[in-house]
Amino acid sequence: MTSSALVLGNALAAGSDGFQAPGLGEFYPTPLATFSLLGVDFEITRITLGLWIATLLLIGFLVAAVRRPQIVPGKLQFIGESGYSLVRDGIARDVVGPRGLPFAPFLGSLFFFILANNMMSIIPLAQISPMSKFAFPLVLAMICWVLYIWVGIREQGAGRYFKDILFLPGVPKPMYILVTPIEILQNFIVRPFTLAVRLFANMFAGHMLLVVFSLGAVYLLSRDNFSLIFGPISALMAIVMTFFELLVIFLQAYVFTVLMGTYLNGSIESEH
Amino acid sequence: MIILAAEEHNPLIPPLGEIIIGTIAFAIVFFVFAKFVAPRFEQIFRARREAIEGGIERAETMQAEAKAALDQYRAQLAEARSEAAQIRDQARAEGQQILEELRAQAQEESARIIARGEEQLAGQRQQVVNELRGQIGALAVDLASRVVGESLADEARRRGTVDRFLAELDSMAASGESAR
Repeated sequence: MTSSALVLGNALAAGSDGFQAPGLGEFYPTPLATFSLLGVDFEITRITLGLWIATLLLIGFLVAAVRRPQIVPGKLQFIGESGYSLVRDGIARDVVGPRGLPFAPFLGSLFFFILANNMMSIIPLAQISPMSKFAFPLVLAMICWVLYIWVGIREQGAGRYFKDILFLPGVPKPMYILVTPIEILQNFIVRPFTLAVRLFANMFAGHMLLVVFSLGAVYLLSRDNFSLIFGPISALMAIVMTFFELLVIFLQAYVFTVLMGTYLNGSIESEH
Repeated sequence: MIILAAEEHNPLIPPLGEIIIGTIAFAIVFFVFAKFVAPRFEQIFRARREAIEGGIERAETMQAEAKAALDQYRAQLAEARSEAAQIRDQARAEGQQILEELRAQAQEESARIIARGEEQLAGQRQQVVNELRGQIGALAVDLASRVVGESLADEARRRGTVDRFLAELDSMAASGESAR
């Protein structure tokens, strides 16, 4: 929350009386370092650092969970197993279908990757999720987009797959004027876009809520009058919203994976 | 400065650098997960399933064995029962046979005893008759010689007369018996 603190600092230093609400600047912290590689600019910020820390912690956790596999699992193994079973049985097998088990590793890594990165939004000192940067959800959505189209072509053949999308079976012919554009939009644009935006917007809004309540509490406690009453309320709300954020963290990771499961199901099963 | 920066950014247009970093990070996670973590989890699930199924299988085998033992025991019991019944029947039959044999033997014995008695009786009767015949002859001759007053003992004729007389007596007795 260095940038938030900066906002507050600026506000106080300027001597302005009003509360300086945190803005988009939250998501564009001052880079710790920048470098350019092959003409692409890279910034090392606390958000990208958060991404790498989350990734490394996740890998460390997963490897530790399966390092000494036991029939009766230990704590770490149990947590890892529960997460993987949720995705493997609940999504790969039940949502994608009987031929979905080969996708369990992909869906599992998707789920754990999103979960670990989302977690950064409430972990002290990090307190911002990389997923609140549009680039990261977008990357995942694009990978999913490519995967479910590729699986559709592989499973049904290119002609059949695209024909079924362009001309939805079981629809009266005149309706194609209406249905075909919607289907094209839905399958090739709306799906990946909503997938990315849903995750991004949730983490973005969650972070904003936490920042507003936290900064508000700090600001109000530095004022007189009734602020002494509203300050603690604001602080309390920040704590409550942190728990709410925890719920969102799990929910969004799960929703992203489940939706990818239904898209894969649509690609594998040709009844559509 | 921050506020100015914020105005420059559109949150929906991501910088290329972040996209590349995100791709790399996810690729690493996916690689580790697919190559190492997921197979281990699958292995654990399989081992657990086998352990459970193995337990069930063992229990089923034991149950089958117990059932087989019970069946065998029952079969043996039935066999023993039928064998006992067979032995009993046989014993009864043998007893019957022995009884029959004894009865037959006793009957035979009694028949033999009766036959011997009759034989003896007939022999004695014959002896008595022979003795009587001799004595009656002597008495009759004695009586006749006394009546006549002369000895006719040496006479061959006299012998013939006595014999004829006795034969007559016999035939009379035989005809009397047959008439009766």
